[in-house]
Amino acid sequence: MNSTIALFLLQDGVINGAIYALLGVTLVLIFAVTRVIFVPQGEFAAWGALTLASLESGATPGTALLLVVLGVSAAVVETIRERASMRPARLGVMAVRDVAMPIALLLIVSTIAPTKPALWLSVLLTLALVVPLGPLVYRLAFQPIADATVLTLFIAAIGVHFAMIGLGLIFFGAEGFRNEPFIAGVFPLGPLMFKGQSLVILAATAALLAALWFFFEHSMLGKALRATAINRLGARLVGIPTRATGRIAFALAAAIGALSGTLIGSLTTISYDSGFIISLKGFVAAIAAGLASYPVTVVAAIGVGVLESFAAFFASAYKEVIVFSLIIPLLIWRSLVTAHHDEEEE
Amino acid sequence: MKEFSSAPLLWIAVMLGFAALPILPGVPDFWITLWDYIGIYSLVAIGLVLLTGVGGMTSFGQAAFVGFGAYVTAVLTSHFGWSPWLTLPASLCVTGLAAFVLGLPTVRLSGHYLPLGTIAWGICVFYLFGNTEALGRFDGISGLPPFTLGPISLIDSRAAFYLIWCCVLLAIVLSGNLLDSRMGRAIRALRGGTQAAESFGVRTAQAKLTVFIYAALLAGLSGWLYAHVQRAVSPSPFGLHAGIEYLLMAVLGGSGHVLGGVFGAAVVAILKDHLQSLLPKLIGADGNFETIVFGVLMVVILQFARQGLWPFALKLLPAPKPRRIEQSAAPLPRRAVPEVGSPLLQVEKARKVFGGLVAVNDVSFNVKAGEIVGLIGPNGAGKSTTFNLLTGVLRATSGSILYRGQEIAGRPARDVAALGVARTFQHVKLIGRMSVLENVAIGAHLRGSSGVLSSMLLLDREEEERLLREAAMQIERVGLKEHMHKPAASLALGQQRIVEIARALCLDPALLLLDEPAAGLRFGEKQELAALLSQLRSEGMSVLLVEHDMDFVMNLTDHLVVLDFGEKIAEGAPASVSADPVVLEAYLGGVE
Repeated sequence: MNSTIALFLLQDGVINGAIYALLGVTLVLIFAVTRVIFVPQGEFAAWGALTLASLESGATPGTALLLVVLGVSAAVVETIRERASMRPARLGVMAVRDVAMPIALLLIVSTIAPTKPALWLSVLLTLALVVPLGPLVYRLAFQPIADATVLTLFIAAIGVHFAMIGLGLIFFGAEGFRNEPFIAGVFPLGPLMFKGQSLVILAATAALLAALWFFFEHSMLGKALRATAINRLGARLVGIPTRATGRIAFALAAAIGALSGTLIGSLTTISYDSGFIISLKGFVAAIAAGLASYPVTVVAAIGVGVLESFAAFFASAYKEVIVFSLIIPLLIWRSLVTAHHDEEEE
Repeated sequence: MKEFSSAPLLWIAVMLGFAALPILPGVPDFWITLWDYIGIYSLVAIGLVLLTGVGGMTSFGQAAFVGFGAYVTAVLTSHFGWSPWLTLPASLCVTGLAAFVLGLPTVRLSGHYLPLGTIAWGICVFYLFGNTEALGRFDGISGLPPFTLGPISLIDSRAAFYLIWCCVLLAIVLSGNLLDSRMGRAIRALRGGTQAAESFGVRTAQAKLTVFIYAALLAGLSGWLYAHVQRAVSPSPFGLHAGIEYLLMAVLGGSGHVLGGVFGAAVVAILKDHLQSLLPKLIGADGNFETIVFGVLMVVILQFARQGLWPFALKLLPAPKPRRIEQSAAPLPRRAVPEVGSPLLQVEKARKVFGGLVAVNDVSFNVKAGEIVGLIGPNGAGKSTTFNLLTGVLRATSGSILYRGQEIAGRPARDVAALGVARTFQHVKLIGRMSVLENVAIGAHLRGSSGVLSSMLLLDREEEERLLREAAMQIERVGLKEHMHKPAASLALGQQRIVEIARALCLDPALLLLDEPAAGLRFGEKQELAALLSQLRSEGMSVLLVEHDMDFVMNLTDHLVVLDFGEKIAEGAPASVSADPVVLEAYLGGVE
């Protein structure tokens, strides 16, 4: 291996690492606010990439219909579950937000899609379709058991992963897609050649991380989310609606997921089941950071990306084995440093 | 046979009817094949019930062990021409070894890190199978021989049926026996956290590894059967998705019930069979759409029936008969009681520092054999920390703690227990779903010696009767006889504290450490407790207790040690301590 290959592998690793960083940071965010270890985060990325791919090919993306299905389900389930305390105003909100808006969105998208909209419009539509799915998933799966143990929430997240994989297959089919790059072409930078898309990924990741930092440090909503993360009961006592913070966390997760999907869609082929492995790598980073620290997650994610790209060069068949076996020592280390809380019996 | 004891006739009828299924005319082939696979899945699910529902360790990686069992027999039969029967020990050995290697780090993971760890090695093992040349990479190995019995080949699904379900029946009986034993109680105690179990001498890390390997061996057996029924192996049935399906079976059936595993396996397999033919037609495309239903099912079960569905089925059956106590069983041998008045516990300048905080500041006191010593002080005085130093839960920063002349500072909780020091907890640590009798019997863990194998084969029954008789005696002694067979969680909190005392007495201690035993008791119950403790004292037992009820303490104890801000501020007979101005100052903020 010479230095050119090494630099190329390094570049490749850093760029994949940037995506893992986005997913890892999201996992930390969701865990902090809701205590859900949200394994299916990668599905949002896959859905983002596939939605964009459909729009690029002039077809109506499956997510448009899926949004209607999940919206109606959430409205129906919540109405039945909370029938005793249901007020007309709340019914009205749900009818508009969960039923009318998704249907309107479906109509708009199916009108615009055949015209093969411009890239920026496609990305906006992708976000408009995927972001509302986050809170819907939270309301259907996690909100009713929001106070359960971390373990119970984790098993539920695995169930959600199973369901989302199957739904992805229905609404997108088994075929894989590759998106157009945001910026085509290759740019020389010193001894290295950068793909335009790589630069977009690095810039977008940096911008998103900065935006998240600003959100958590300087906005009231961000501070409310942080308060919930530190102490749910305390947050509720000072008037922060913890239900709403859960939904907001999931909306953020879906947004970051969808954006990362649109970013990697041109680097690799994405199909309905690609998200899992990608988000698991974000996971390795999140665990290295104890599901707690955002900066450590970013550094660890880039480390995972670089390790993976070198592993792929030296032992391509075993690259997943190498990356995932890294989790075990990390977990042992985390188990040793976290104080021993006896698990409560359920 | 405990699993079937509630309605033996019903179960015999069910089993006979089930056994007749393959020979009844008109039963379609695909039914029998389906039930063959249900049996194969059941083995894995039973293991998972023990691991997850009973032992409290959630594993998504169980399919990997099925893979080890299947690949070993596949390689030995196809490459080396072994007979499938001969490969069974090899399959189990390799699976057991793999479980030992993966289990060592896994059982040390805490909380939600443990299931995450199983996902990690679950994926690793899948890719290892898929990338190894000798295992046929992702294509796997095909053309495996079927089981044969002399001239008869068990290639037919009807013939394999009996082999598979005999294995399942064996697994049910062995697992049931294991749970209903000394080691079984130790494993069941893991769910309540390791601290209480360790305090009664259970080696919790070993108990966790034991149940982990046992669950893996059942999965390995399942893999061995699978390889020769399917007659081909490839990595995909041993991947993470299969692991998640196995966990769904255990969650669905119900954590904690061996037969629930079989029930869950049947529901998932039948559902999968129907959905795989129905959904593609409905949707108009091919694919594994059943994952949607399974995923939703998992979430719904967690939302509405966290104990699974089998408990609902159990409600339809007659309640199991309470465990009979064999009154004729020989009593357990007792520890020699130390001579009354001899020094039992000598605490010399014990110190505990947490970071910059000195929680216990060079505290010294003694407990003599046959006396009741009270450890009192305002909240935050360091009483519970002192308790934890004495019982090996915390390690003293400096100082010495001598018990009958032996240094016990820094020794693990289970060693201290073995020396004859038993304790109760300020926050009750009982296993709510286990009966009072079983909870109390954990206290006698160190007075028995039966291991996993002897309990599975029922070779431990004599010892078991003696242990249970001891537990029953202690329950009677503390006055809870009528509650003996109820789940511990159904008792009032005050009564649960008394159950903890019975459990501690089961250890046959020379020194009893009670952490706020009278909290939550009514006046009459407090008097009964005081009478019990006085009687224990007259039998030569020593008691050290932390308590806030001053009447209780003053009337009962021989000696009081008063702590405040981690320091001993007074010591002596109750009457002199209660008049001590320093003590009054600490409690009431000074006397005017």
